[in-house]
Amino acid sequence: MRYLPLDTEDRRAMLDVVGAKAIDELFADVPADALNPPLDLPDHAGEFAVERQMAAMAGKNRAAGAGPFFVGAGAYRHHVPATVDHIIQRSEFLTSYTPYQPEIAQGTLQYLFEFQTQVASLTGMDVANASMYDGSTACAEAALMARRVTRRDGILMSGSLHPHYESVTRMNGGLVGGKATVSEASPDGADNVIDLISDETACVIVQTPDVFGNVVDLEPIAKAAHDKGALLVAVVTEAVSLGALKSPGEMGADIVVGEGQSIGNALNFGGPYVGLFATRQKFMRNMPGRLCGETVDAGGKRGFVLTLSTREQHIRRDKATSNICTNSGLCALAFTIHMTLLGETGLRKLATLNHEAACATADALSAIDGVELVNDAFFNEFTLRLPKDAAEVVEALAAKDILAGVPGSRLWPEDESKHNLLIVAATELTQDKDIEAFANALKEVL
Amino acid sequence: MSMNNQGRPSRPEDIEVQSVETFTGNRALQIEEALIFETGHMAATGVDLPEPKGTRSRLGGLERKGTMNLPGLAEPEAMRHFVRLSQKNYAIDMGPFPLGSCTMKHNPRLNEKMARLPGFAEIHPLQPVSTVQGALELIDTLAGWLKELTGMPAVAMSPKAGAHGELCGMVTIKAALEARGEAETRTRVLAPESAHGTNPATAAQCGFTVDAIPADDTGRVDIEAFKAKLGDDVAAIMVTNPNTCGLFERDIREMADAVHEAGGYFYCDGANFNAIVGKVKPGDLGIDAMHINLHKTFSTPHGGGGPGSGPTVLSEALAPFAPIPYVVSDADGFHLIEKRSQEEGDHHSFGRMTAFHGQMGMFVRALTYMLSHGGDGLRQAAEDAVLNANYVLARLSAEMTPAFEGTCMHEALFNDDFLKDTGVGTLDFAKAMIDEGYHPMTMYFPLVVHGAMLIEPTETESRHELDLFCDALLSLAKEAKAGKADKFKAAPVLSPRRRLDETAAARKPVLRWEPSNDESMAAE
Repeated sequence: MRYLPLDTEDRRAMLDVVGAKAIDELFADVPADALNPPLDLPDHAGEFAVERQMAAMAGKNRAAGAGPFFVGAGAYRHHVPATVDHIIQRSEFLTSYTPYQPEIAQGTLQYLFEFQTQVASLTGMDVANASMYDGSTACAEAALMARRVTRRDGILMSGSLHPHYESVTRMNGGLVGGKATVSEASPDGADNVIDLISDETACVIVQTPDVFGNVVDLEPIAKAAHDKGALLVAVVTEAVSLGALKSPGEMGADIVVGEGQSIGNALNFGGPYVGLFATRQKFMRNMPGRLCGETVDAGGKRGFVLTLSTREQHIRRDKATSNICTNSGLCALAFTIHMTLLGETGLRKLATLNHEAACATADALSAIDGVELVNDAFFNEFTLRLPKDAAEVVEALAAKDILAGVPGSRLWPEDESKHNLLIVAATELTQDKDIEAFANALKEVL
Repeated sequence: MSMNNQGRPSRPEDIEVQSVETFTGNRALQIEEALIFETGHMAATGVDLPEPKGTRSRLGGLERKGTMNLPGLAEPEAMRHFVRLSQKNYAIDMGPFPLGSCTMKHNPRLNEKMARLPGFAEIHPLQPVSTVQGALELIDTLAGWLKELTGMPAVAMSPKAGAHGELCGMVTIKAALEARGEAETRTRVLAPESAHGTNPATAAQCGFTVDAIPADDTGRVDIEAFKAKLGDDVAAIMVTNPNTCGLFERDIREMADAVHEAGGYFYCDGANFNAIVGKVKPGDLGIDAMHINLHKTFSTPHGGGGPGSGPTVLSEALAPFAPIPYVVSDADGFHLIEKRSQEEGDHHSFGRMTAFHGQMGMFVRALTYMLSHGGDGLRQAAEDAVLNANYVLARLSAEMTPAFEGTCMHEALFNDDFLKDTGVGTLDFAKAMIDEGYHPMTMYFPLVVHGAMLIEPTETESRHELDLFCDALLSLAKEAKAGKADKFKAAPVLSPRRRLDETAAARKPVLRWEPSNDESMAAE
């Protein structure tokens, strides 16, 4: 039991100090018949025994880097520089707690301040918080915040919002009288969301690029929302797109939420990720989650603290803006390091490489008979309409060791009109030979 | 947990401190470090990428123009920046981190190594289920351990942290009440005054009103007062066990029976499960739901504030309403139920907590830890955690005042009686610990104890380390009683920063860097 420093002699001596004869005297408040139950579990094991067991399970999964890979729809395979993983494993970052004692947590606090600044700049907003769990929960929190700000109940979501984001937002945003509605959106970008905005609408939630990959011009939606006194919540599931596309803030968004996984974080089968949450200065005090702010110490030196905590659960309890406590600190650090390494210059170039890879992939695949590219404008992801059920195609291609993308039935099992759709993502890691292998195999299975 | 005296922003007192000044502001190994926005350049980058080919853009005319104000750093500069920042942090790898209720225990590096296996780190949540059978097996195996350790029949794996698990549990309860046709009438949730802030916040987020249960003079739920509050409008109780005073709720079965008789459910806050893991199965005590903080009990690192992971175990009554997605298995292997329309039998999920399957990276770490400890090691860990806390309680009682009589579970709670008339407050006492090389304990929480100091050593501290820690605190207590208040008021003076002005930070929030920040701060 390598993680336990006490030995038998320590335990005996310490029990003496405590004044107990046996350890179970300290568990005397536990109902006697419930104490020390049988456990149907294996006994402790050494490192290499555990490694073998874990490696056996890991070995049954097809890793993204093991062959052609085109899966996206809310999580993306990007290269993470070695420096990022080294730094986040430093003891002082990995094994510290939430920075409640700022005198000995300036490392965490300063990177959170840098993270907030980077997220605000990227999204084109005034302020950002110190992270949420992921993009989907950030989206739900944005709906709740919009309801607080507008004192309205209507949560209007575009039909081209990632359906899992829609579910999370519907569940959480709708708990206390929230009324969720979803517009009709087609894979080619047509969307009637503007027509559905009313005087009861608290917020309009629109994703760009949307779940089908379409780049969405938010300006007309922002104007229509503001005309009715509603807020525009922009959702970005691919953070790298912000290096190429006009920022949601520039297009009039009031709250921008996003998934930051693409910058600094691995795919990890869906988590942990890092939720981005940014808004305008005037809504600052309505934000959920932790905020880091600048101040000075007793000696006049600049320093950072968690601030505006009277919004939060540990102070405000049932009146808090959110119940969130632990967030995604270390993932936010990974984001900040990667973003710092990239800089604006690197981010723009990375975004361009992503877009070029997607254009090349789209051209190669849409040249195949029966395959139709549905998007006009896209970033690093697009949707193909196939002549047959896309899930069958994905399975057939997986058997050829090509992970082709996300079939419509995975996201919309109830909506058969979308089952021939295949959502395909390409990134800077997509190589020409991957595209060629994909195109050749797709021809074979169609 | 709470940052200072009942959450009020504090500001440093004006006390003269003699300090050694340097020309640079650096202090030997402590190097001052500017913000990246002050040292970086717009043209700089620490990543070499291939040149784009110059393909015609298909971005629909929505290209980003103008600067983003995101400077970059070359790799050596970035490395140095973040390493210097790291050296301004305290960490469990450096010394005891006795934050009560937070469970700062050793984070084994084997867990990190396993989480980085490409078969776990480089798999996508939406790739074909046939290509991630090992991942689903891992989730299923971890779920099996959690069910066995809690004695509960089901577990929702997707909640992203403890508070998210609470939300999952309370929404599940709401769904069960809806199915019974009682969602409109059962609107009240009972929670002890000593509860974590997340409990009332979560209940309120679900639309429940929160009614506080008073504590008795032993620091536990006042069972008679609790029973008097039950009624047919009660949806659930939310009780932490062991509670936030570090005590086991010895009437827990009576509470469970009473709430069930009244038609409500029992939500147990499992933040302190580390005290009883392997020793007691909460399922044997009558609970209906409980989240488990994998980042506390099962040692996944806190990472400066996350990520966490909050799987939530559920009783038979609540299991059918569990969130999607979840893993099922048959002779063909493992499958994922991702939509309500795919559910079979009695399942009618309330919906989705998050976009994907939960904190897989944390699942890998937690299962690695469980396999390493085994059932026998987990039980030993709980015993050692309780023994360490009682040892600290016994030793510190020589100078400090325990909040309650008797032994404790995994954390030792003191009040500020021993500081009475010394001019030293709980905050000052805690800040003085920093100069002695220790992270302070949790202060002013739970709210039911005046000037509370909650110390949780965990099982991964050695007796030697605990002795040094106790010696330091006993010396401080003696010094406070000897009238050295000024030293405490000024503390800390040896840390990278002295006390920070939280009042100023909250009055005029500066939440991001702007070129003018420095000037505006100087003009204050």
